[in-house]
Amino acid sequence: MTIGPVSGSLLYLNGVSVSFDGFRAINNLSLVLEPGEMRAVIGPNGAGKTTMMDIITGKTRPDEGQVIFGAETDLTRLDEPAIAALGIGRKFQKPTVFEPHTVWDNLLLALAGDRRPRFTLWARETSEEQDRIEEILATIRLGDLRRMRAGDLSHGQKQWLEIGMLLAQEPQLLLVDEPVAGMTDSETAQTADLLREINRTRSVVVVEHDMEFVRALGVKVTVLHEGSVLSEGSIDHVSADPKVIEVYLGR
Amino acid sequence: MNRFSTNLCIALILGGAAAMALLNLATAPEFGLHVPTYAVSLVGKYLCYAILALALDLVWGYAGILSLGHAAFFAIGGYAMGMYLMRQIGTRGVYGNAILPDFMVFLNYKELPWYWHGFDNPLFALSMALIVPALIALVFGYLAFRSRVSGVYLSIITQALTYALLLAFFRNDMGFGGNNGLTDFKDMFGLRLQDDNTRVGLLLASAIMLVLCLLVARYVVTSRFGRVLIAVRDTEARTRFLGYRPESYKLFVFVLSAIMAGIGGALYVPQVGIINPGEFSPANSIEAVIWVAVGGRGTLVGAILGAILVNAGKTYFTGAFPEIWLFALGFLFILVTLLLPKGVLGLLQSKRQAKPGESKP
Repeated sequence: MTIGPVSGSLLYLNGVSVSFDGFRAINNLSLVLEPGEMRAVIGPNGAGKTTMMDIITGKTRPDEGQVIFGAETDLTRLDEPAIAALGIGRKFQKPTVFEPHTVWDNLLLALAGDRRPRFTLWARETSEEQDRIEEILATIRLGDLRRMRAGDLSHGQKQWLEIGMLLAQEPQLLLVDEPVAGMTDSETAQTADLLREINRTRSVVVVEHDMEFVRALGVKVTVLHEGSVLSEGSIDHVSADPKVIEVYLGR
Repeated sequence: MNRFSTNLCIALILGGAAAMALLNLATAPEFGLHVPTYAVSLVGKYLCYAILALALDLVWGYAGILSLGHAAFFAIGGYAMGMYLMRQIGTRGVYGNAILPDFMVFLNYKELPWYWHGFDNPLFALSMALIVPALIALVFGYLAFRSRVSGVYLSIITQALTYALLLAFFRNDMGFGGNNGLTDFKDMFGLRLQDDNTRVGLLLASAIMLVLCLLVARYVVTSRFGRVLIAVRDTEARTRFLGYRPESYKLFVFVLSAIMAGIGGALYVPQVGIINPGEFSPANSIEAVIWVAVGGRGTLVGAILGAILVNAGKTYFTGAFPEIWLFALGFLFILVTLLLPKGVLGLLQSKRQAKPGESKP
């Protein structure tokens, strides 16, 4: 497939490959994300969805290919904290919050700001920080639970808290791995609302298994299969694509 | 962490040490409540162990670094103090050499090794008791945390660190007295070490340093830094994707902890009168882990409580039933691991919270 020009894109993956012990998890993967776009990435197990996120966030270094963020930042040269500082946030598949801390403290630690020990050792909570946390609490609908230990939240609430932590980071790009896995139907619908709300100011990549959820998001869909792009377009387009039907239903 | 229990702990340490000081110096030996001098030094020794336990809890309880070599920093602090005390002996040694300690004369040293220079100055020696453990922790921690060594692998290399130091200090040509270590101390800051006043002074100094270390540790763990540290302990990957560098947090707390352990060791040596390579023995470091586990990991106060309780138990058992002490210690560790995952302090706190009409903190 052809790839658009680098200029103007927010995230640009070109010919990315990575192997683990001879297994090609990502195989010549190319993907372009426009600023402000929300993209759903689907694909069967082992299609390379999580590995793709690992590459973008610096956890895994690709064997070959380009990963460019913004105009010219080469992400393959940076590690996780540096990439996070550039404005790429990541939500894990399993909700990952700081369980011993309160909801409030989880957001406080996630707020954009100086991350060095010499700062956090003396840092005092400022009123700007408090306002910002209040704002996020309202967005993720956890305002009443601010003093609760994050470990005591329900599964869905933890997912939202983690999304709230990503918002607190003020990223330009959010990578969200299976946000509705294990959620009830009403939680799923609320999560779709939440992601659309976030997408008003930020770009989002959502990896998801749940086709209904992807349909509800109503965004461009990329189908991954065996580490490369199988099909791309609207949900109706890709679900009518014979290659996609074969991968999902053919065996 | 519970503010109330910390303040209570500080009051007990300072009050207890002051009471012992008074009952030792201001009462006659015939008086029923008189505290003999050996008891003063015994408690002083427990307080030094408590400083080590506190240092260990800071890294294990709050950063998840299970150091099985922490007694190495304690021992190095002890050696720095021991070198100062050796230099104070002067011509009162067996060989009467004004410069060279006895073991050097015995081993045919012609002059003082370069690294012994300056240790006749108490301030220099004291600062070395902090700086050398800090430097070793800095280099060791930098390499280990940067390579993302963690969990059981980190524990094993900390064990290897203390074992390597044990072997090195056993060697006569290291210039630290070999197998016998440093001993036969006479005086310190111009005061005779055998005097009751000096002994009481050391007890009070240990109590004050323990309280200072506790206050510093409490500040660190309750600061935003401390909250990041706990986050690193439980969910390191998440902190990294939030933009934190876990290795710098671990390194800071590891170095701080090594300094505290060094302080503990420096106060320990004048009170027990000897420092030898045995202090580097891996078993010592593991025993310190047991103190923290017994008292309550990740509570600071629990570490202090555990160090004092277990060592008081050790003193009693090794006197009354010397052959079963190690079994008792092992049994205690199993018991605490199985029944009291939060240690003695966890038990006390859950009792307190269970009382009706009392709200959770």
